[in-house]
Amino acid sequence: MMASTIFRSIQNHPLLLYPTALFRRKNGVFYCTMKSTEAQTATQEKQKPQIKNPPRTQTKTSDKFSKDYEAVIGIETHVQLNTLTKAFCGCPYNYGSPPNTSVCPICMGLPGALPVLNSKVIELAVKVGLALNSKLSLNSKFDRKQYFYPDLPKGYQISQFDIPIASGGYIDLDLPVEFGGGHRRFGITRVHMEEDAGKLLHSENESYSQEITASPLPKYCTTFYCIELYSSLLSRIYIVVFTFNQVDLNRAGVPLLEIVSEPDMRTGIEAAEYAAELQRLVRYLGVSNGNMQEGSLRCDVNVSIRPIGQAQFGTKVEIKNLNSFSSVSRAIDFEISRQVLLHSQGQGDQITQETRLWEEGAQKTVTMRKKEGLADYRYFPEPDLPGVILTKEYVNSIRDSLPELPEVKRRRYEKMGLSMQDILFLANDVNVAEFFDATIAKGADVKLAANWIMGDIAAYMKNEKLTINEIKLIPQELAELIASIKGGTISGKIGKEILFELLAKGGTVKGLIKEKDLVQIVDPVEIEKIVDKVLSENPKQLEQYRGGKTKLQGYFAGQVMKLSKGKANPGLLNKILLEKLNAQS
Amino acid sequence: MLATLQPPRTFSRFPLYLTSRPVTLCTLAAQSPPSTSPPTQPPHSQILSIRHSLLTRQVTAARLAESHISRLRLTEPHLKSFLHVSDSDAVLRQAALLDQRIANGEEVGPLAGVVVGVKDNICTADMPSTGGSRVLEGYRPAYDATAVRKIKELGGIVVGKTNLDEFGMGSTTEASAFQVTANPWDVSRVPGGSSGGSAAAVSARQCVVSLGSDTGGSVRQPASFCGVVGLKPTYGRVSRFGLMAYASSLDVIGCFGSSVTDTGILLHAISGHDRLDATSSKREVPDFASQFASINLLESKPLKGLRVGVIRETLDEGVDTGVISAIRGAASHLEELGCSITEISLPSFSLGLPAYYILASSESSSNLSRYDGVRYGNQAVADELNSLYGDSRAKGFGPEVKMRILMGTYGLSAGYYDAYYKRAQQVRTIIRKSFKTALDENDILISPAAPSAAYKIGEKIDDPLAMYAGDIMTVNVNLAGLPALVLPCGFVEGGTAGLPVGLQMIGAAFDEEKLLKVGHIFEQTLQNCRFVPPLIEDDTACMSFLITFPTSSALFAELHFFHLMNALPLLATYPEGILSLSRCLHAYPKSLLKAFGFLWAAPLVPCPFLSCLPGS
Repeated sequence: MMASTIFRSIQNHPLLLYPTALFRRKNGVFYCTMKSTEAQTATQEKQKPQIKNPPRTQTKTSDKFSKDYEAVIGIETHVQLNTLTKAFCGCPYNYGSPPNTSVCPICMGLPGALPVLNSKVIELAVKVGLALNSKLSLNSKFDRKQYFYPDLPKGYQISQFDIPIASGGYIDLDLPVEFGGGHRRFGITRVHMEEDAGKLLHSENESYSQEITASPLPKYCTTFYCIELYSSLLSRIYIVVFTFNQVDLNRAGVPLLEIVSEPDMRTGIEAAEYAAELQRLVRYLGVSNGNMQEGSLRCDVNVSIRPIGQAQFGTKVEIKNLNSFSSVSRAIDFEISRQVLLHSQGQGDQITQETRLWEEGAQKTVTMRKKEGLADYRYFPEPDLPGVILTKEYVNSIRDSLPELPEVKRRRYEKMGLSMQDILFLANDVNVAEFFDATIAKGADVKLAANWIMGDIAAYMKNEKLTINEIKLIPQELAELIASIKGGTISGKIGKEILFELLAKGGTVKGLIKEKDLVQIVDPVEIEKIVDKVLSENPKQLEQYRGGKTKLQGYFAGQVMKLSKGKANPGLLNKILLEKLNAQS
Repeated sequence: MLATLQPPRTFSRFPLYLTSRPVTLCTLAAQSPPSTSPPTQPPHSQILSIRHSLLTRQVTAARLAESHISRLRLTEPHLKSFLHVSDSDAVLRQAALLDQRIANGEEVGPLAGVVVGVKDNICTADMPSTGGSRVLEGYRPAYDATAVRKIKELGGIVVGKTNLDEFGMGSTTEASAFQVTANPWDVSRVPGGSSGGSAAAVSARQCVVSLGSDTGGSVRQPASFCGVVGLKPTYGRVSRFGLMAYASSLDVIGCFGSSVTDTGILLHAISGHDRLDATSSKREVPDFASQFASINLLESKPLKGLRVGVIRETLDEGVDTGVISAIRGAASHLEELGCSITEISLPSFSLGLPAYYILASSESSSNLSRYDGVRYGNQAVADELNSLYGDSRAKGFGPEVKMRILMGTYGLSAGYYDAYYKRAQQVRTIIRKSFKTALDENDILISPAAPSAAYKIGEKIDDPLAMYAGDIMTVNVNLAGLPALVLPCGFVEGGTAGLPVGLQMIGAAFDEEKLLKVGHIFEQTLQNCRFVPPLIEDDTACMSFLITFPTSSALFAELHFFHLMNALPLLATYPEGILSLSRCLHAYPKSLLKAFGFLWAAPLVPCPFLSCLPGS
């Protein structure tokens, strides 16, 4: 108990130790000061040994109590919209461009510059709103959210406050079979449009500085931060480093949708699946690439726990820095055990409203900043932008253009008789689903098509690190292939060979069959001839067979197949072979 | 920076061509205008005169530009209306380019050769734009504001950046971080604000027209104080792109000119939808000046049937009696022109001032957040981010700006938002409605532009509330988003030659056309008033160029291409050919000696030309 208390206390200012954490800061004021750094050092020294293996200890202890508590999880997701240009100016955005190469007076917040809304943002927001079954506000507006941070060029973020473009709604999903399966419906609170901020780059690296000098934005702020120079069990030494902090404004002004869920999730898996379903949804809709590593989809998770049966929510903790679905799941599970542990030790009051950071390396959450009451962003209506007015006709036209959404697709596949495992595999990736749909549209057998895609095609894609859009095989040929095997034109074995040919080089099934003369031999006379030939060429083995060594049948079958270049129909082959082998015995 | 803003004390007061080519009395006499021009000549369009003389090759754009620059240099040490004056070589190059085009018979824009001053909170790509603030000291924008770009495209020459209250926050131009501008009518008085520099520059004829910005009266009040025409267009008429935002929902770029015609031509040049400003209107821009009738063609009651409402609340207590009588005089003048005058009441009028200061401060607290020293402007040396922000802003902003940021931050804070910002927005709706009703019943509304004429420098500097109260006449118009024209209509006592009083005419949204038409007739028919500051008034040579320059029907024929004008009053006598610029320039020191006698008494710089002046 003592250990865990101290454990928490030393995490109060870990930000100082992780300068990179600043990158993720979205609001509030940077409070790194020298004083607090020094104060921290002492505590840190003593506590080092005790934080060595916290996740394991915690899990063990909390397992006993976890039955008595229920976690309440809500997620705020930021989805970067893939518009050609930013939300309020004409700059393109491409992830990974050199710093400050995609900026203009507007997204740099130069004096006198004004935002003009990219109407595509509205279109994509309406799409997402409709897909989430939300109620659209026909009359919404933009507001200014005000805070100071160097990555925020204007000193305010253009966002939506009291009237989001969409509110209410829900998302349906099916949990993976390996996690117990089951259908879930999670509520959506609101969807609103806003702009992204830039990125801070912290570097003492000279080569990087040179790069910045050449960029069109020569201003940067300087600051101190402290890094750990030396650490041992007994002592830690910190050094204060003077560094250039540079601002990359490429991302500033990129349109985002913030999607806020209801606190409907109860486990890390549910939360991760919610995020995955959102990713699926935005990819199906084509509004975002949903890439978590690039930050196109970012999840901030709110976690609280309460004793089972209690209606009131516990104190919630926000977790940031979640770069994958598995980190969403693991961070939540860690946080739940941490909170359960505190509760079980009677220290529930030590759970405070704060923002914690998920550390992938250490597999734990640490305090990033404590919220002192509610931050006052002084929202007010953005006077530079007129209100957003949607007409019913506009909304309807977008509704009509929506593609089939994941949930509808899964239900359709279900009706086709596919297993949930197959359904999830196929519907997981919009491109795979489209490939599958196109294949069965060409008349292919549903189950066979699914098996081919999930089996050999998926294996090939995995080995070659290709996506389904990059392989040379087209759905029509897969359908043809399946039909050819089913119809007996080629054997399954030849089918596989042709498949890999098609995957790697493309072409048509018919062409390949013709080119390589791969049509299955289904003429019994022809097969008989080959069998005869093999038997006559292997008199010794034939004798042994007839002497009782019937295992040799396989050997003969192999020889016949070899001679027929694999084209002999296996059923016929075996039938004729057996007849011949046994005939004269 | 100051060194670049003001010519050093040892500057050569006159352009070189004068020194190398001394002007003799004989040449001056040959070109001297008849000195019989009546003293009450109505103002006429300098822009049209310039166009005429350029197209008829009576003068080159280079010479015109040169004359303005030297006039500017001469008057600038006393007025300090400019924060930055363009490099004269650059200006002359632009002018020479125009001359080339004219010589080649190419078309030139309606503002060809017109020297324009631009308020320093409007971005110009090739010169500093500070907004009158230390926080942007030395800042050079990467782009031209849309209004400036349009002026340049139409041939206008930007001669410099005029002084202002920091970011437009003030009513005297004393809140500029760099200098205090003087009123050309009396250099001990303020020119008004915040566009004080722009108003003073036009008043002293340092430039032909100028751009200002009006958030709560910042064009109209200085126009009134300096005796020039000032126009605040309808919100959305002119693109705000490139105007450093003070209060985005109230800000408009406005125009100054020495005549209604010039103001209208400038407005036409800068108006229209801009895809870079989402709040700019897509309405078509009418040809404002086309309705101007020649004074000779006017009927006896040219404004017959026009319903004019006098806003009772603006002629109440707290307004100078001199101002009231000037406005009453203007009202009876309008009546003589055929208008029907009724006194109307706007009960919500007094609510405008508090609502304005809450809304404007709130928006400014947000708009000024970007001046953090991180990306541009002055950055404080700090070892930590909070101090970087704090120090950069503490050192960068002046007290008035800080006060408004504080007020605005307070008004938007949780728990106060409803009581202040939201309430003020509700008041704004009431005001908008009451103006709508009044303008349904009347064609235009009139009021003073300010409760008093120009007051002394420093008089209200320690009493911000008294200064804020001075905005009572103008803020309502911004809250309602309406257009308003201010033009000089009379005088009150003060200074050496009296102080001008401005009449404010308020029109319906997007009806600048009517305001300009009425204003033009008013100005052309106003008797016994001549709104030329004493600084240059007795300079007949100057006047011959500035005031009584020829206009003719031939000129208008030329201008038809640009639809600038159908007719303009033919002005009285003017000299044959172009005036002598040299003569004009020679006359400056003489007038200056009179106007700024006390300053001139101990000249710091020997003026080489004083010796060759006629009679000196």
